[in-house]
Amino acid sequence: MEELNVLLLLFILICAVSVSLTKNLLSAVIIFMAQSLAMSVVWILLESPDLGVTEAAVGAGVTSLLMFAALKKIHRMRDEKHEKE
Amino acid sequence: MKKSRETFMNWLMSGSDPLEEEMIETLSDEEAADEHKDEHQNPKKERISIKEFLHAKGLYHPARIICSVGLCLVLIVLLMGSVMDMPYFGQADTLISSEVSEFYVEHTLEHTGATNIITGIILNFRGFDTLGESHVLFIAVCSVIILLKMTPREEDALLHMQDYDEIIKDQGEDLILSSLSRFLFPLICMFGVYIILNGNISPGGGFSGGAVIGAGLILYLSAYGYKRIRRFFTFNTFKTVSCLALLCYTASKTFHFVTGANEIHVPIPLGTPGTIFSGGLLLPLNIFVGLVVACTMYALFTLFRKGDF
Repeated sequence: MEELNVLLLLFILICAVSVSLTKNLLSAVIIFMAQSLAMSVVWILLESPDLGVTEAAVGAGVTSLLMFAALKKIHRMRDEKHEKE
Repeated sequence: MKKSRETFMNWLMSGSDPLEEEMIETLSDEEAADEHKDEHQNPKKERISIKEFLHAKGLYHPARIICSVGLCLVLIVLLMGSVMDMPYFGQADTLISSEVSEFYVEHTLEHTGATNIITGIILNFRGFDTLGESHVLFIAVCSVIILLKMTPREEDALLHMQDYDEIIKDQGEDLILSSLSRFLFPLICMFGVYIILNGNISPGGGFSGGAVIGAGLILYLSAYGYKRIRRFFTFNTFKTVSCLALLCYTASKTFHFVTGANEIHVPIPLGTPGTIFSGGLLLPLNIFVGLVVACTMYALFTLFRKGDF
């Protein structure tokens, strides 16, 4: 159990650093999603399953979906701008 | 406004620093406007150091720099000091000096009738906090509606554009998504309802269950498109359900205002601990919170996606 905990925490750290280092916004969102998922497993290992469920639904699910929607909007805006030029 | 949006997009897409452009602009103020436009398209210009930029803006002053560095150092020392003061991760006797947690662990079952102590605390002892939280969520959606919801006129204008047709068309076509969500959607919704209804017995509660149901609704939307979800979830549904749930929540929490914080006994009998109908008001409160959260999650997504329900 201890090793799994350490592994997950390391994974979260690596994800957190690489989110800020990634240039591509889409992959940044996906990495953020993976980090949230690992975080929810950590919550369950820390014996708070309710937080785990919430983290999986809100952090990994809804938040990243919102970011995807926002990204789609941004790309559409960029396309419009390119058409104008 | 438009220009700032443009610079923001530039920064987002190509990674060129807007501050750098501003530096160039500041140093080349005298250039004509037309030349300036040309520059805008090829931002590869000579780089200037931050010091020069500050000089040009008239912000460079030794005292200012020393002050800001000092302030940063003080902040770092303060924050690190408070982090060092925090209890260690996972230490067993961390909260042993606090009576509050002991009181909660020992008396929650007897006072609220909930076997899940967390729900008992959140919805009974601290029901007022949760009331505020649900309102914060509702206010967040309201501001998103103000910002992003299309007026009927804009909607008409969009209907004539091809773009809108494409938005409608690209949904409900994905075979993998729609056949997967045929099984997943009922399962997810059932899990969410289970979490909400068992909030006073097992881990979970209104917020987690509502978030799960909201995620399920989003899945349904992405799999089957707007036409099918409009059969049971429109803007009116959102308005009615979340406003009614918030009103009912507020009404059922009013006894906090009337009786004060000391006397939190509920008129409803507490029931046998461990069954669904235990904990008095906790079950309806969980349902109200779940409804608000589910509606909020779905509304946020669909407003971001299209600006409408």
